Amino acid sequence: MDASSSVSHAAHDHHDTAHEHHELGFFRKYVFSTDHKVIGLQYLITGLIFLFLGFCLMMLMRWQLAYPGKELPVIGNLIGRMLGPGSMNNGVMTPEFYNSLGAMHGTIMIFLGIVPVAFAAFGNFVVPLQIGAPDMTFPKVNMASYQAFFVGGMIMLISFFVPGGAAKGGWTSYTPLADIADKGPGYDVIFNGQTLWLIGFILLITSSLLGAINFIATIIQLRAKGMTWMRLPFFVWAQFVTAFLLLLAFPPLESAIVMQLMDRVAGTSFFLPTGLVVNGTAVSISGGGSPLLWQHLFWFLGHPEVYVLILPGMGIVAEVIANNTRKPLWGYKSLVLAALVLGFLSFIVWAHHMWLTGMGTAVSAFFQTTTMIISIPSVIILSAFFISLWGGSIRFTVPMLFATAFLPMFGIGGLTGIPLAFNSADLYLHDTYYVIAHFHYIVAPGTIFAVFAGIYYWFPKATGRKMNDFWGKVHFWPSLICMNAIFLPMFLQGMLGMHRRWYDGGEGWTLASEKVWGLSGFHWNLPISIAAWTMGVAQIPFIINFFWSIRHGQKVGINPWEATTLEWTAPSPPPHGNFLTPPVAYRGPYEYSLPGRAKDFTMQTEPVEPNERAPHEPAMSLSH
Amino acid sequence: MTSLAFINELMGMPGNASAHGYQIDHIIEFCHWFMGALFVGWSAFFIFVLWRFRKSRNPVASHEGVTSGISTHLEFAVVLIEAVLLIGFAIPLWAKRVNAFPDNKDAILVHAIGQQFNWNFHLPGPDGVFGRRDAALVSNSNPIGLDPSDPASKDDLVVMGELHVPVDHNVIIELASKDVIHNFCLPSMRIAQDAIPGLIIPMWFKPIKTGTFEVVCGQLCGLGHYGMKGTLVVDTPDEYQAWLKERIELSGNQSAPPAPGAVPPAGAPKTANPGGG
Repeated sequence: MDASSSVSHAAHDHHDTAHEHHELGFFRKYVFSTDHKVIGLQYLITGLIFLFLGFCLMMLMRWQLAYPGKELPVIGNLIGRMLGPGSMNNGVMTPEFYNSLGAMHGTIMIFLGIVPVAFAAFGNFVVPLQIGAPDMTFPKVNMASYQAFFVGGMIMLISFFVPGGAAKGGWTSYTPLADIADKGPGYDVIFNGQTLWLIGFILLITSSLLGAINFIATIIQLRAKGMTWMRLPFFVWAQFVTAFLLLLAFPPLESAIVMQLMDRVAGTSFFLPTGLVVNGTAVSISGGGSPLLWQHLFWFLGHPEVYVLILPGMGIVAEVIANNTRKPLWGYKSLVLAALVLGFLSFIVWAHHMWLTGMGTAVSAFFQTTTMIISIPSVIILSAFFISLWGGSIRFTVPMLFATAFLPMFGIGGLTGIPLAFNSADLYLHDTYYVIAHFHYIVAPGTIFAVFAGIYYWFPKATGRKMNDFWGKVHFWPSLICMNAIFLPMFLQGMLGMHRRWYDGGEGWTLASEKVWGLSGFHWNLPISIAAWTMGVAQIPFIINFFWSIRHGQKVGINPWEATTLEWTAPSPPPHGNFLTPPVAYRGPYEYSLPGRAKDFTMQTEPVEPNERAPHEPAMSLSH
Repeated sequence: MTSLAFINELMGMPGNASAHGYQIDHIIEFCHWFMGALFVGWSAFFIFVLWRFRKSRNPVASHEGVTSGISTHLEFAVVLIEAVLLIGFAIPLWAKRVNAFPDNKDAILVHAIGQQFNWNFHLPGPDGVFGRRDAALVSNSNPIGLDPSDPASKDDLVVMGELHVPVDHNVIIELASKDVIHNFCLPSMRIAQDAIPGLIIPMWFKPIKTGTFEVVCGQLCGLGHYGMKGTLVVDTPDEYQAWLKERIELSGNQSAPPAPGAVPPAGAPKTANPGGG
């Protein structure tokens, strides 16, 4: 209701002009827009900038790991002048700055990069189009969601410039370390890294909650006529489950963050036990709190968050695979069921991040069992994607290259989670580089490749033009090689016993001087760093291709990939209100290569012909 | 106990030095075989399919695709293997770690107190009883806040950075922290445990090799985290007794108050780099 009234409202305001939405001023159209597509693109551009920024932080850290204590030429002094000698003192990174970079790399990549791009950007742009809706259910809430995200992101950025620098307690902000951080001489109650991190985070969570409510309402309320639940593209299902995860998992963390904020600014001790002695001095606090409470609240979000990061990626990959194999996704129903089960189970595995906190047998047996069970829907989803390739007529378009690469990369990430899921194996592997490699395989060559697949795939819908294929391939191959050159050696470093968050890259540790595959653990840092920097260079073709193609890309029709879902029936780019006539869905989302048809794709809007062989969708005669 | 550790060694895992460690190595090794088999199987299928069903070789796609239920069998196999790893190995192993502590009589007892960026080891001394500790008593000369009024604390030993234990003896370490969360991680002993302020958490192991081993702080604890290195020296029984005797003498020489538990300055073991630069 809200969406249609807002649409008609806009039309009413400008009923006397032929091109009503061109009449909106620049600010109304691009900055304070309520149009889901514009908001989606705002999220996309902002999120991509943050992704690149988060990656730059990592490239800086990789210098310190490869050459600990050495001056970083040119850039080092530049940063030192910009952020003060506490960051890069005479071009040499300080341990505080290293810890800031680590904490902010994680925070930025997850909460300001992947979630905004994979969930908010693609969800906003694609979901209403795929379900045949004119907009989101609550367009103004949608705008508020982006604005909260933007302000939260800015606060995170500002925190780099306050005295003492940005938060340095890790992206997990474990207490008491985070509680007592930055509280030295000259402590400003608000303008210090950790407090700003908390305040920024409150806004980011608010943004996600507003977005999640909107997604759920939209998918439930605004599906087009005939768009039954089992006719929804898998991408919509993935976003639907993701929205529930955000809605249910973020509030506990938001309250935890408020509690940590109170610990810092109001003298409470939610997470501070009695008898803390820091730096030889008793800390003046009331005490009585529990550091472990923070970890439970954090990981109660933290684990569903993993699926928030991966489910939208799986959704994108599903669309791209169906489209480029020219056949239906294999096992659509089990995919949907697996996504729902995955979403549910993700709420009861969180303590597997806390194996070493002193857990008893019964509790750890419970969490190990749930962790094993959650691998089953993941295996089902991945198997369904692999099996979907069988019998296809595979076109290796640029989106398909990224989607294809997603499968083995996500596979490596998932499989290497197995030893970590067992607490006894984790006794050795906990917090080593093995863990770093494991989760980066899921999020970096996993989700980020899915994001690239999605950008190349839906770019023509957003702009009416295609991104350049050749430069797309120049982007893909070096990215794939570099990703593996970065993360594969980390498994070796982890098996050597090298731990994460080591400012000296392991230079001072005997265990890192052991050789594996020709190099010592410490010396593996250099090839990894070179691969990371090369990977930065490999993104240049993408950046240029992206912006160049907006104006100069090859012009294409409304359905350049010959796809079946509803977004490809709307004009490119879709106008305000999306569809020229309200679409009606008559069939499932992936009717590719139906026997006895001239073309190999049958769109959801094409009515079922009387002599047509019944598609394997049982609910086809039900209308919604 | 011979150790099955083909992939572990290939990936550079250092040798195990504790009695239970080979079990940890086994579960990691089995996981890697399981992962390897799945990965090779999936990859072979994947590469074949990408080649066999590329557009130029298969211009018309099959609407139906795979009709066999082979993937269900695969999924059941995965469930079965995971269940075996879980019930057969992981849970019993953990139970042994946290429930089957050796009797105090048969073990060397140590309290390890973490602080930014070092480990303090508190030993009960000849009387075998730990003196009371109180955070309010912590000072530069009394880093763990040992209470001098407690008679049990008189003979207690406090050692910074380096702990000696005898080989083939059970060792029980009770972990505490003065400031933030640390993690007492002994990669060579295949054991690690968080040290959480406000809690005392025990861990145990039995070293089976003599030598000097690194203690890693496995939890981010501040700017000097990377340099928070402890040392565990596993001695022969004779060496251990000699070390203990030396510690007691050094402690006795410093009888002047207020330092019953003060760190012996002379001959103090090399402590970890306190970080900071």
